[in-house]
Amino acid sequence: MLIPCPVCGPRDHEEFAYGGDATVARPTIAEQSATAWATFVYDRTNPKGAHQEHWHHVHGCRQWMVVSRDTETHAVTGARLIGAWAEPETEPGDD
Amino acid sequence: MPGFRLPRGGSRIDRLRPLRFTFDGRGVDGLAGDTIASALIASGQTLVARSFKYHRPRGIYSAGAEEPNALVTLGADAATDPNVKATIVEASDGMAVHSQHAWPSLSTDLGAVNGLFAPFFAAGFYYKTFMGPGRRGWMRYEPTIRRAAGLGRASFEPDPDRYEMANAFCDVLVVGAGPAGLAAALTAGQAGAHVILCDEAPIFGGMADLEDRIGDQPAADWLFAMMSALNGMKNIEQRKRLSVYGYYDGNVLGAAERVAWDRADGRTRQRHWRIQARRVVLATGAIERPFVFPENDRPGVMLAHAALAYARRYGVSVGGDVVLFTSHDDGWRTAAALARAGVPIRAVVDPRSDAPAEVEAELLATGTKSFAGHVVTAVEGRRAIKAIAIAPFDAASGTVSDEGLRLDCDALLLAAGWTPTIHLASQAGGPPVHDEALDAFLPGEPREAWHAAGAMCGIADTKNAAANGAMVGAAAAEALGLKPPRNGARNSAKAGRSPKAMPDNRLPLIEIPATGKAFVDLQNDVTTSDVRLAQREGFQSVEHLKRYTTLGMAADQGKTANLNAISILAKERGVLAPAIGTTRYRPPYNSVSLGALVGRSRGAHMQPLRRTPLHDWHLKAGAEMINVGLWQRPRVYAREGETLEAAYVREARQVRAAIGITDVSTLGKIDVQGPDAATFLDRVYTNTFSTLPIGKARYGLMLRDDGFLFDDGTTWRLAESRYLMTTTTANAALVLQHLEMLLAIAWPELKVSVTSLTDQWAGAALAGPKSRDLLAKVLDIDVSDSALPFMGVKPGHVGAIPVLVARLSFSGELAYEIYSGADHTLALWERLVEAGGEFGMVPYGLEALGVLRLEKGHVVGSEITGRTTVHDLGLEKMFSKKKDFVGKPLALRPALTDPGRKQLVGVKSLDGKPVMAGAHLVTGADSKTPGPSEGHVTSMGYSPAMEGYIALALLKGGRQRHGEKLYAADPLRDGHGPVEIVAPHFFDPDGSRMHG
Repeated sequence: MLIPCPVCGPRDHEEFAYGGDATVARPTIAEQSATAWATFVYDRTNPKGAHQEHWHHVHGCRQWMVVSRDTETHAVTGARLIGAWAEPETEPGDD
Repeated sequence: MPGFRLPRGGSRIDRLRPLRFTFDGRGVDGLAGDTIASALIASGQTLVARSFKYHRPRGIYSAGAEEPNALVTLGADAATDPNVKATIVEASDGMAVHSQHAWPSLSTDLGAVNGLFAPFFAAGFYYKTFMGPGRRGWMRYEPTIRRAAGLGRASFEPDPDRYEMANAFCDVLVVGAGPAGLAAALTAGQAGAHVILCDEAPIFGGMADLEDRIGDQPAADWLFAMMSALNGMKNIEQRKRLSVYGYYDGNVLGAAERVAWDRADGRTRQRHWRIQARRVVLATGAIERPFVFPENDRPGVMLAHAALAYARRYGVSVGGDVVLFTSHDDGWRTAAALARAGVPIRAVVDPRSDAPAEVEAELLATGTKSFAGHVVTAVEGRRAIKAIAIAPFDAASGTVSDEGLRLDCDALLLAAGWTPTIHLASQAGGPPVHDEALDAFLPGEPREAWHAAGAMCGIADTKNAAANGAMVGAAAAEALGLKPPRNGARNSAKAGRSPKAMPDNRLPLIEIPATGKAFVDLQNDVTTSDVRLAQREGFQSVEHLKRYTTLGMAADQGKTANLNAISILAKERGVLAPAIGTTRYRPPYNSVSLGALVGRSRGAHMQPLRRTPLHDWHLKAGAEMINVGLWQRPRVYAREGETLEAAYVREARQVRAAIGITDVSTLGKIDVQGPDAATFLDRVYTNTFSTLPIGKARYGLMLRDDGFLFDDGTTWRLAESRYLMTTTTANAALVLQHLEMLLAIAWPELKVSVTSLTDQWAGAALAGPKSRDLLAKVLDIDVSDSALPFMGVKPGHVGAIPVLVARLSFSGELAYEIYSGADHTLALWERLVEAGGEFGMVPYGLEALGVLRLEKGHVVGSEITGRTTVHDLGLEKMFSKKKDFVGKPLALRPALTDPGRKQLVGVKSLDGKPVMAGAHLVTGADSKTPGPSEGHVTSMGYSPAMEGYIALALLKGGRQRHGEKLYAADPLRDGHGPVEIVAPHFFDPDGSRMHG
């Protein structure tokens, strides 16, 4: 499985670490509610089909990114950087 | 007469190069180019294996990967390679081959007694009998049953052979180098694609060499022309003996390459390939279908095309009196080809009343008898066929007449049609599609980027298969935006319309209606009655059938069995095959050695090894090293005759009495820089770092989002917007990842960058009352208490070496950590050791470090396990109430601050015996009635300061229980002794020594 890293190009998924569901919004640091945090930490859906996931290119550029992956076919359809370096999504095969 | 070497023929053998190997210790003569199977047949060895369940005698059944019977073991002892297909492995001189699963010998196998009890070994027998009321039966009988059934045995010794792993990338991977695959590779290559063309066989061409003509050309000429064209293409990589066994997500395919079978010269034996292909052409061909009839597993029964392969490739006749049983015209052509090659074909049996006239006439002229309108109803002979019974068959009613006759023969060849080899397509595609006219399952919708070509699509005619391959190769190239050669391009759109037939005028008859034990799956010993039993007992889906009967499982993956089983099941249920469906084929298509999957990642190469710059110094100083994560660290510097305990106690005593030095290079070090660094650290740690003055360090705790303790360490403020964070050795990588996650996902607005400096900075800790005196001697800065107070950080020099000194104490003594660039650390260390001589300095290892911190009640990974909280460890003073930080809301959940939780306590042994880590704290004085566990011991050691064994433990409500007497129960190690619960700070609780 190749992940189209926006920095390094298409790289094998073994270079990446999975970082969880990217569709769940992380509460802000000021959020005091244990319920809000518990929902974020523990409650997850298990969607079938198109999904957005956090991946970290640990054995590469060390950037965190949001990868679009189909949980049914495992097809990776794109990846975009997040945080300070956020840019438009890259498609697989853009080398 | 059993099989023999023909006087002529054999495209793969070299008659001038004889070789000799052993089979069960007996010498077998072969020729260079032989497979083990062809040499065994040529030498007259008919019986080669015993079957999986019934230990029935079995012979060679095929000439390729579909072989269900002839699994053998190569080599002996450590170099044992079990369950190898004799039909694939090329024989080599001196090779030792053993039959499997027979005792005491292949011809006198006592396990064959299982055959007498066959009724008890029907599908589900073991589970019904032994798993019923009282599962103990299964527990007791399982080992015996496992021994009685099975295949080859693996060695328990380390594999001495060498394996490799390789990665390959290509535009188009063509799997299978038969006519369709060759043509596909050529057109894709001509379009400019980088092509890898591979096949499990040692020679390309698939079954082209078993054809007489391909189109209007002699088959040999066609193949020569095709190979010449391919050989001229630099962008087509040819890989032989490479078996693609699995198709994985993202168009990644796994393949195993047989490099060398002989182990003598230490060469790589197998190479594992991971192939990343942009497009894949599957041209995996088809496997001949057998008939199913009573005693159809006897040695001498084999697939018709296998016999032709043995004759043409190896110059071997599979028998002296051969009968061929077929239900289609192509079977007659195979018989004629065998006869022309010199194989004595005595008769052809065909359930159809009309044989193809021309080829029948040719055979009759050579003395072959024709039994059109007949079927084989029985086989005589146990260890080899002696004769067969045939009887007239009425195709219209599907009935067999009982007026049969007997034909003497020693080989019976089966040609009942073809099964497309759709294993890889099924692994990476939708459900296979049944084609009624072809009586076969064809590849389903691709889930990955593959195209199917040739016989696996139901195109049995070689010329059509090759034409189809060319079109599919063009289509694959076009899909990549390449332009195929004009004839290919013109045809690529027509690929789906190639004429399908498999094969001509076939009567779709599989099971012969006759009574007796008829096998469907030879490898797993599954009979027609097992299939019917499963159906009667309600296992109607083919997936259930597979699991209940083991049909099509394991190494065989139903190559010769699945389609026949589905036909039988469909007939039994009175439905059509599509209603039954087929199981999803699983990798591996061919068995793969574990050695090949592991490659060189074994022993010392299992994982990377990290050494500090001081590693060699430690070894020279006599250190015993220990693995901590990937790192190697000194455990103790034992002197001659010293036990481990004596060594660490001596080292720890010397630290408290004078001074010791230890390697702390492995601590995680992260440079945190940026205008928002202080804000960032305040959010990361439970305590505050924005108030930390420049030139000072502070101990910090960080939590996970769920509120549990994650890691601890000191962080030093080097400048207004620059900190150096230290982490535990074990969590260094995880902490960095955590920080990067927070900066990218949680707080992208913070202007902070984090960089690992773990490998760039290395250093030593100096601990003990003399450490300041030593530093004063070697450092160029003032190290007095006022200039460098407790938790102070200062840059300086030791000689010419720039260093960073921090007054930190893990041991509770006056202590310093001193770091330099890793390249200078050995020189720094040697200078410190040299200067330390006059103060009586000793190097100390992890054990002494551990006991020194234990005496102080400092927690490490044994206590920060991911299941403990700040409150559990008594560190709530560091839990800021004034600011927000990661994990705070969930850490405050009532259950996590409950005073009844297990809390950190100190434990003193009261009987002078060690309190082992892992022991449980109980109230029962008697080891036989210990009572429930109240807590457990996390770390222990002998404390020279306390002159006794001490430990840290997590005890329910422990902070309120100081002074209580409990017992440390350690039943697995026969320990049960009295202990006293005390505060975790054993030594110098007010810290006067380190502040001094």
